[in-house]
Amino acid sequence: MIKRSFFKSKYLPYLLIFPQILVTLTFFYWPAVQGLAQSFFLSDPFGRQSKFVWFYNYIELFTDPLYLKSIFTTFAFSLAVAAVSLSLGLFIASMANRALRAKALVRTMLIWPYAVAPAISGIMWLFLLHPSYGIVALGIKEWIGVDWNPVLYGSDAMVMIVMASAWKQISYNFVFFMAGMQAIPKSLIEAAAIDGASPFKRFWFITFPLLSPTFFFLTVMNIIYSFFETFGIIHTVTQGGPGGSTNILVYKVYQDGFVGLNLGSSAAQSVVLMSLIIVITFLQFRFLEKKVQYGG
Amino acid sequence: MVEKTPVLDFFTYAFLLLGIFIVGFPILYSLIAATLPLEEVVKVPMPLIPGDQFMINMKEAWSRGDLGNQILNSVIMASGITIGKITVSMIGAFSIVYFDYKFRVVAFASVFCTLMLPVEVRILPTYEMAANVLNPIQALCDLLHLDGILSWFTGNDITISLNWSLLDSHTGLILPLVASATCTFLFRQFFLTVPEELCEAAKMDGASPMTFFRKILFPLSKTNIAALVVIEFVYGYNQYLWPLLVTTNPKMTTAVIGLQNLIPQADDLPEWNLALGAAVLVMLPPVLVVLLMQRWFVKGLIEKEK
Repeated sequence: MIKRSFFKSKYLPYLLIFPQILVTLTFFYWPAVQGLAQSFFLSDPFGRQSKFVWFYNYIELFTDPLYLKSIFTTFAFSLAVAAVSLSLGLFIASMANRALRAKALVRTMLIWPYAVAPAISGIMWLFLLHPSYGIVALGIKEWIGVDWNPVLYGSDAMVMIVMASAWKQISYNFVFFMAGMQAIPKSLIEAAAIDGASPFKRFWFITFPLLSPTFFFLTVMNIIYSFFETFGIIHTVTQGGPGGSTNILVYKVYQDGFVGLNLGSSAAQSVVLMSLIIVITFLQFRFLEKKVQYGG
Repeated sequence: MVEKTPVLDFFTYAFLLLGIFIVGFPILYSLIAATLPLEEVVKVPMPLIPGDQFMINMKEAWSRGDLGNQILNSVIMASGITIGKITVSMIGAFSIVYFDYKFRVVAFASVFCTLMLPVEVRILPTYEMAANVLNPIQALCDLLHLDGILSWFTGNDITISLNWSLLDSHTGLILPLVASATCTFLFRQFFLTVPEELCEAAKMDGASPMTFFRKILFPLSKTNIAALVVIEFVYGYNQYLWPLLVTTNPKMTTAVIGLQNLIPQADDLPEWNLALGAAVLVMLPPVLVVLLMQRWFVKGLIEKEK
């Protein structure tokens, strides 16, 4: 789209878009193409020799039980993070929306974890869930009676990174749910109330369906968040361990490529991630505010 | 509310308080830990009454973690990304919306597609790129056997090796992150809502494109810019993967990465009071920005993702 009235100039528009294009070409497209090319080569760790091997890296990757496990781990992790942070965000937002007094204060109190870096959230939860000193870990041990030790048990480590990741994301979800709820016309709620619908029914049959676009959007955003932005949490809290139980795809690319210098495999993994994010972006634009609608 | 529901209202506030508590607890707890001496922190359970060691712990964490330097690096990186991103995308969007030229659609599409290439999916090649920004030109020279041609011309042995590394520099931390599809998109959407008459009037008065941009478009965009400043500052400050890759010199690392060194490992003294004190200190700049600019932040967050 362009304005009906626009300027005419021979060089100026190119000059204005130039910085953007330059940075995109050097730091986005060139590396992406390089990665794509590299995924078809097998090279020694020093990058001196490389051999064209067709799809060898990909075949290796998808027959590697560690990689398949990492895919499973990533999906389990992101679903857990999305479920926990969405439900808490929605719950808190619906409470805050009902509150009559101190709305601004409540919002302020709930918003600021957005500004906390994932890695810092990781450090705090590392202490809260520390097997010897953590107070939440103590609670788990005392009340649930589990032998809590995220350093030894993979499932415990998973719970730990899910908590650290979901906690940080609550306020993001809260902001959007809150905005979504405030956009719902008051008259709808009032009409339902006059018809005798209880607050719970009103939430379930009016607010919740009207929030479906927000809900869908946030699900996508939470999955993207847990796929890519939780790198800092994994790196500070578990480093993918114990025994690869928290080694999500993004962390595995980093470990295999940057630490293990397995260039071909790391490039192939990058390409897999790239295709994944292309699919997610496509779904987002295809379905957002089209399919998930107010129904009827 | 529509009707009076005293019981439900009570539970609403109770749950709301519980929610605020869940959200605030980790930070409150870390703050308390930061005020305690070592032998209190490792007590199980840790006492919940603040101690008097706050300043001592902070001083120790500050010097041991080199926090002053690292927070400065983080702030430089975050400000650089914020200013760079907003400038680059604003003039980019101006070019796309207010001019008609051949590659307009291509330019917009190519910027938009970077949405699908976050740094996380191209870790190694982007690192190689930062290690030598002139890589593509070098590749071109190699492809054309330029050094061979030059040696043939001059009769001397000439090898072309171009090298410009961004590793361990502020430029390296900032530059690769200043291209942004979302910011460009946001400015484009906003410019499209600006009334046509403004541009027509400006043209009729003989204003040049840049005068129009400076005198009309820029003042109109102030709220959008304020909103983006908050979001991009937080984004830049909290970057993890990229600074981890491009910096190896501890003098150049950012605060969020540097905190890693303060976490007590299995064989160390469990000095969690220092680690958590430093964590709270490091999170302060972006938290303050969000709290002080809350109004713009909420607006910006929602507009950006639309």
